[in-house]
Amino acid sequence: MEAILALVIGVLAGSGVWLVLRPRTFQVVLGLVLLSYAVNLFIFSVGSLVVARPPLVVPGAPTDLAHHSDPVPQALVLTAIVIGFATTALFLVVLLASRGLHRTDHVDGLEDFA
Amino acid sequence: MPTLPHLVVAPVVLPLVAAMLMLLLGSRRRVLASVINAAAALLGLGVAAAILWQVDAGGDRGATAVYLASNWEAPFGIVLVADRLSALLLVLTGTVAFSAALYAMSAWGRAGVYFHPLFQLLLMGLNGAFLTGDLFNLFVFFEVALAASYGLHLHGSGTARVKSGLHYIAVNLVASSLFLIGIAVVYGITGTLTMADIAATVPQVADADRGLLHAGAALLATAFLIKAAMWPVNFWLVPTYQAASAPVAALFALMTRLGVYTLLRLWTLCFSAEAGASARLGADLFVVGGLATLLFGTIGMIADRPLARVAGFSILVSSGTLLAALGLGSEAALSAALYYLLSATVAASALFLLVEQIERMASGGSARLAELDPEPDEDTNLDDAEMPLVGRRLPIPLALLGLGFMICAVLVAGLPPLSGFVAKLALLSAVMRPIVDGGPTTAPAAGWLLFAALLLSGLVALVVMAKAGIRHFWTSSAPPLPPVKFVEALPILLLMLAGVGLTLRAEDVLRYAGATARELATPAAYVEAVFSADPRPGPTRPAGRAEAAP
Repeated sequence: MEAILALVIGVLAGSGVWLVLRPRTFQVVLGLVLLSYAVNLFIFSVGSLVVARPPLVVPGAPTDLAHHSDPVPQALVLTAIVIGFATTALFLVVLLASRGLHRTDHVDGLEDFA
Repeated sequence: MPTLPHLVVAPVVLPLVAAMLMLLLGSRRRVLASVINAAAALLGLGVAAAILWQVDAGGDRGATAVYLASNWEAPFGIVLVADRLSALLLVLTGTVAFSAALYAMSAWGRAGVYFHPLFQLLLMGLNGAFLTGDLFNLFVFFEVALAASYGLHLHGSGTARVKSGLHYIAVNLVASSLFLIGIAVVYGITGTLTMADIAATVPQVADADRGLLHAGAALLATAFLIKAAMWPVNFWLVPTYQAASAPVAALFALMTRLGVYTLLRLWTLCFSAEAGASARLGADLFVVGGLATLLFGTIGMIADRPLARVAGFSILVSSGTLLAALGLGSEAALSAALYYLLSATVAASALFLLVEQIERMASGGSARLAELDPEPDEDTNLDDAEMPLVGRRLPIPLALLGLGFMICAVLVAGLPPLSGFVAKLALLSAVMRPIVDGGPTTAPAAGWLLFAALLLSGLVALVVMAKAGIRHFWTSSAPPLPPVKFVEALPILLLMLAGVGLTLRAEDVLRYAGATARELATPAAYVEAVFSADPRPGPTRPAGRAEAAP
């Protein structure tokens, strides 16, 4: 499971970085979204990769960390998702404004002459 | 312990409440909103001064005020910590924010909707980031400030703003991603997010994990250095600050300091000289990067003509100086750097406000103002109480602008007699004293380089400002009387008075800065203060809440 997750995070982050470096604003947005997915998965994986051990106190179950996953990264990732979503939405608005003002979707507002 | 236990949280709550109030007012009653904005900023300055006084009155020890935000003791809940460094930056924020809020009353606040609520939310983010003692909470406050800054930057719209805003937001979103990865790695290694707890854990990290910890710290540092505008990750800064409206640019001068503050806080706390194998992690890089930033800013200043860009490059110069001083890390250098921080920020903010006045003058009076000054709404009650204050024209604006510009130039270039000179002198003597005394120095070459770069940047700043002054004030072809409004002149005057005050009370301020540097040099006291804060007893101690959920 660790290998798959690491691969997924790596592929997402790699594609994200590549897209962020592209010259079209929409590609940049997609790149930022992919990057934030990678980051969110990464935060989540920092806790502990275990299956079916929710961080809930269940009567009868022993209350030690061997029987529960770490709840803090889960709380962190929720916050990070919300913030990332909001800022990406804001970025989309700026993208649209830029598209309307410059009549092009190049990040510098100029068509390159190549 | 403090007489007012909840005072520490006030700098966060006050702007939030003010912003909510203004949102309730709606977007039409902008004059009332601008009055609330300025009043809240003034109140915030008062609160910050009260915190500073309280923290400083505590003497050498026990001065740090710790606030347990959800009444959970230290490693479990979020803590807000007001020590000397935080208090100093709160007061600086309050001063600049009040001036910018006053300035925005006349024109900018009316150019679009929601300027004032965003202004207060930016303040909330800044104040919170200066106060918090929790790494993830720091991220949240960073994002609050950044989200508000995106909106404020675009305020007034226009091609230049949208274009630089696009770059600014993209760069900062990437930086936020790095910030998050860094937090996750540090949490994975140390198992905690409370800064004091991280500081206590770092020396005990197993050798096998130390590389990963350093990688996480490096990612965090990269994120902060992007905000602090270190070369080569600072190309976003100058176009952004040039495009922003004047009061927003003045506030943005503070946002760069936020990056410097965070580095100062985390590196003196977690990677201090006492941190075992991680002691002074990457300090050499800070010195090198700081020097590079300083030189880049200096070259930029001399190469560029528009005054707003020159002001942006002067921010880079001060950022580079601060980073280099942070990398040198001696107590004397830190104390001088703190004084320099105050002086340079006040000067840069004043310069940004002044530049707009000068540009307005150059563009033939009110050409630019007319475009952004919309005809008042029908229910905007301009002509009753506000008009005499907002609309009064000063009789001798040109002389005033020229004088203001001269004071600004003296402050930025670091000439005697104003505070810029005191700051540079303190820095130079802090850098040179260990070399001259022949004691054990970490990097004499870096010291000499910083010495030379500081003097050079001062000279260049002087030349550039003199040239600009000649261009704008002496080559006049009978300029029309520029419309300097009273509320726009007052904040510039206030900031300059702050610069003069820093000079007159230099001894007191330097004493405080010295005490701050001593406090930063003994992180154990900070850690102990955070851990010895007890939750308040009570029948309704709140039930457990997820840490760091905003």
